[in-house]
Amino acid sequence: MDPAGPTRSFTLPSAIKDVPGAENWRSMYPYFTRFQPGDDQRFWFYNSMHFPEPMPAFDAVTAEIPYTAIGANTTRVFVLPTTLGIEHRIVNGRVYITAIPVTDPAEIARRAELFNERAGYYFGNWDRLYAGWKDRIAGLISEIEAITVPELGEFEDPRVVMESTGVAQNHYVRENFHKCLDLFSKMWHHHTEFLMLGYGAYMVFFEFCKNAFPEISEQTVARMVAGIDVIMYRPDDELKRLARLAVESGLADEFPEGCDPDAALAALAERGDAGRDWLAAFDAVRHPWFHVSTGDGFYHHHRSWNENLAVPFAALTRYVRQVSAGESLDRPTATLQAERERIAAEYRALLATEEDRGAFDQMLGLCRLVFPYVEDHKFYCEHWFTTRFFQKIRAFGELLVRKDVLADPDDVFYLQHYEIDEALADVMLAWASGGPPLGAAHLRPIIAERKRMLDVLKTWSPPPALGPVPEALNDPAVQMLWGITQDTIESWYSQSGAEDEREVRGYGASSGIVEGTARVLRDVNEIGTIRDGEILVCPVTAPSWGPVFGKIKAAVSDIGGTMSHAAIVAREYGMPAVVGTGQATKRIKTGQRVRVDGDRGVVTILD
Amino acid sequence: MVTLAHLARPLTALRASDRPAVGGKAASLAELTAAGLPVPAGFAITTAAYCQAVAPLDPDGALGRQIDRLDPADAAGIAAISGWVRAAILATPLPADVREAISACYQALVGEDPRGAPVAVRSSATSEDSGSASFAGLQDTFLWVRGEDAVDEYVRRCWASLYNVESVTYRRHQGVPEQGLAMGVVVQVMVDPRCAGVLFTRSPVTGDTSVVVIEASWGLGSALVSGDVTPDSYVVSKVTGEIVKRTVAAKLRQHQRDPAGGGVCVADVPPKLRDVPCLADAEILALADLGRRVTEHYGAPQDVEWAITGTGPAGAGTDAGAEAGQRVILLQSRPETVWSHRPAAPVAAPKTRAFDHVLERLQVPRATR
Repeated sequence: MDPAGPTRSFTLPSAIKDVPGAENWRSMYPYFTRFQPGDDQRFWFYNSMHFPEPMPAFDAVTAEIPYTAIGANTTRVFVLPTTLGIEHRIVNGRVYITAIPVTDPAEIARRAELFNERAGYYFGNWDRLYAGWKDRIAGLISEIEAITVPELGEFEDPRVVMESTGVAQNHYVRENFHKCLDLFSKMWHHHTEFLMLGYGAYMVFFEFCKNAFPEISEQTVARMVAGIDVIMYRPDDELKRLARLAVESGLADEFPEGCDPDAALAALAERGDAGRDWLAAFDAVRHPWFHVSTGDGFYHHHRSWNENLAVPFAALTRYVRQVSAGESLDRPTATLQAERERIAAEYRALLATEEDRGAFDQMLGLCRLVFPYVEDHKFYCEHWFTTRFFQKIRAFGELLVRKDVLADPDDVFYLQHYEIDEALADVMLAWASGGPPLGAAHLRPIIAERKRMLDVLKTWSPPPALGPVPEALNDPAVQMLWGITQDTIESWYSQSGAEDEREVRGYGASSGIVEGTARVLRDVNEIGTIRDGEILVCPVTAPSWGPVFGKIKAAVSDIGGTMSHAAIVAREYGMPAVVGTGQATKRIKTGQRVRVDGDRGVVTILD
Repeated sequence: MVTLAHLARPLTALRASDRPAVGGKAASLAELTAAGLPVPAGFAITTAAYCQAVAPLDPDGALGRQIDRLDPADAAGIAAISGWVRAAILATPLPADVREAISACYQALVGEDPRGAPVAVRSSATSEDSGSASFAGLQDTFLWVRGEDAVDEYVRRCWASLYNVESVTYRRHQGVPEQGLAMGVVVQVMVDPRCAGVLFTRSPVTGDTSVVVIEASWGLGSALVSGDVTPDSYVVSKVTGEIVKRTVAAKLRQHQRDPAGGGVCVADVPPKLRDVPCLADAEILALADLGRRVTEHYGAPQDVEWAITGTGPAGAGTDAGAEAGQRVILLQSRPETVWSHRPAAPVAAPKTRAFDHVLERLQVPRATR
């Protein structure tokens, strides 16, 4: 095969056919998300890590806004020398992305001058700036939580007159809706503020380790970096604390396996002081720790634990059982910490020169400096903030239901945010004129068609990559977060012609070998179907599925690198994981026996 | 007996410092034995015994000087002289006290077994296995040798192997003088391995010092060393103990004891064992641990020859680590010579500020292939 020839290409974007029955999918997304003729000349990959399902029309905002923010930071704010931002396209409901490389040496040098100054300032003042970042994010969370949706009752509040504010509440329908989007946008700007610098630190250390120890596995490098007290573990830790409290208070009998959370909470209220104390502790934990999403915060239907108590209760009842049986639920943090230090010290000692040891200390130190941000921003941004954001949008959906425009609050998510603007204007006008809103006749058929199309689009298995095999991959996030390297691309390329083989290859992200029955989850809402001892096969393993990791034997994902959150959690739970396979969910079927080899990064279909 | 100790001595009575007296391999095995490593019991025949037996062939050193003058490219000349010397060594009976010294050590080693327990007779040249040059494989080893008479004969064959064409040619290339050349011989209890191979305490391919690389095939390790078989290959992290990589090869041939008599033969591996890994995980880890102990002992990366006793496929019996450890046998260890001689160029150097690593890296376009 010609290694550099123009013939090395995945399917071209222009060659993708509309999924039959969903030909009108374009109506769901803005024009700027469509593949253009020139896009055939570029390499794209399916971002199944963040967007494992077809995008409902509103949810496409979770691509639009993050990419306006991340690109601003790489292209314009920090001026990364060799890469611009990420472009995204939607086809058949799926989000494909590509990073624009900078290859002209003069242009790289021109950008480098600004980059050194700006990135140097952030690295040089990291702790102080990160502390400020946490304050700003906390402020944004308070702001989104404070947003209200006007009632639009029959008559205006008398204060508008008595305090002569002069602005009627229908004005605030649009203002507050826009405020949701504006805050979401600000959150994403902050989300990506430190991100590329963080990934840059990881990338440098990973590359150093690979050069010094060519046989080292990426998961071993990750173990030297990973923090022990990561905030993403906190919700699960809080469940363990509640389980201990339940057992100590003699309330364990209220937590039988599979119990209905609402019934259990009602029963606890009847259990005297002990029950009331437990419920008080439970309520305190819910804010903020139950704002964790059952997904990664990119879909409206990824509800939080607070909105779907069955998820935390699945873990809680198991923890109560374990505590009752005298098991310790504590993560052995001291042991993990000691092991991390031992591994780092032994590799350091194996380095050939004092100079190497000096560089190793600097790079590892830098990784540990950036690690708290890289891990913890997830909870604040994708979980807490985004959970609140979707709740507010849903509240606008409720307004549209009250005004007979929509049949169901969640129907709002089948409209583009630009279309919601229209629907809200309709309601604002109707409230002002005293006439009826006109939206129901216009919007309900559109929503019905889109729901039907999304069901059809779910059946499509998107190819992992489109367009020519790329010449350069300069974006540190593409490598460190999506786990996409030249090797990944080669592996996808070789698999694209050999789909009958029984092996699915990816990265070994957590070591060990197990066999078991596969459970393929394309949609996070199927999370309840997982049985004990099954092997989870999914587009992306979200760490907020923490409780699920207690049930499964191994995890396999289509996308994800060694430092993806899934990989970190799998290692924490000591189970094999293979990530970045590109097409595990396409080639493995629920019920098949599979062997997961987390050492080699291979999943073998045994049936 | 005491008077004969200068001619032959048990490995347990030797140390590394006895290298000039018994040759590199014997001294190394003695040292590893003393370090508590699982070396098969045995004894060494000293270079003094060699000199006493072989010196009469070249009383005034003229023969040695003649060889010194040979051009390493003069294949015919080397073949003629080395052939004569080998024949002369094999035709000369052992001096009586040498024979007596070997007999005493051999009896102590094999006990009263009337058939004579099988032993391995291995060359131990003074120039072999040094840290600077690898003479590996240039001198002979003889396996499944039974009885005192046979031992005597194969000791002389070992001595004669110092004059193999390849050995003489190698010495001429290296400019090693014949004067003072001598050879020790090691006699060890024969190990009947299920599988055997080599392990490198740094990757022979990449030089990575953080891993142990193990190559293994069925039967005797000579199948692997001679290239008769593509071995299984395992890479183990010294730091985490994880088996980072395993490659199970189709192992078609094996070297084994010749059922027709003494010695070794080449046989086909039974089809059902060809594609089966010849090491169980516990054995891989036990071997990695062996590599670690040997490296710690010497303070430098080593090439180690090993064997695992027992029969049947990998993991037959039990996988328990302690049990696997007991079946691991150390046959030989020598310093790794390829990577150790390369200058250790730093991968990276510290920079003024730690984050300068990132700033500089992100200005470099990534090469994709």
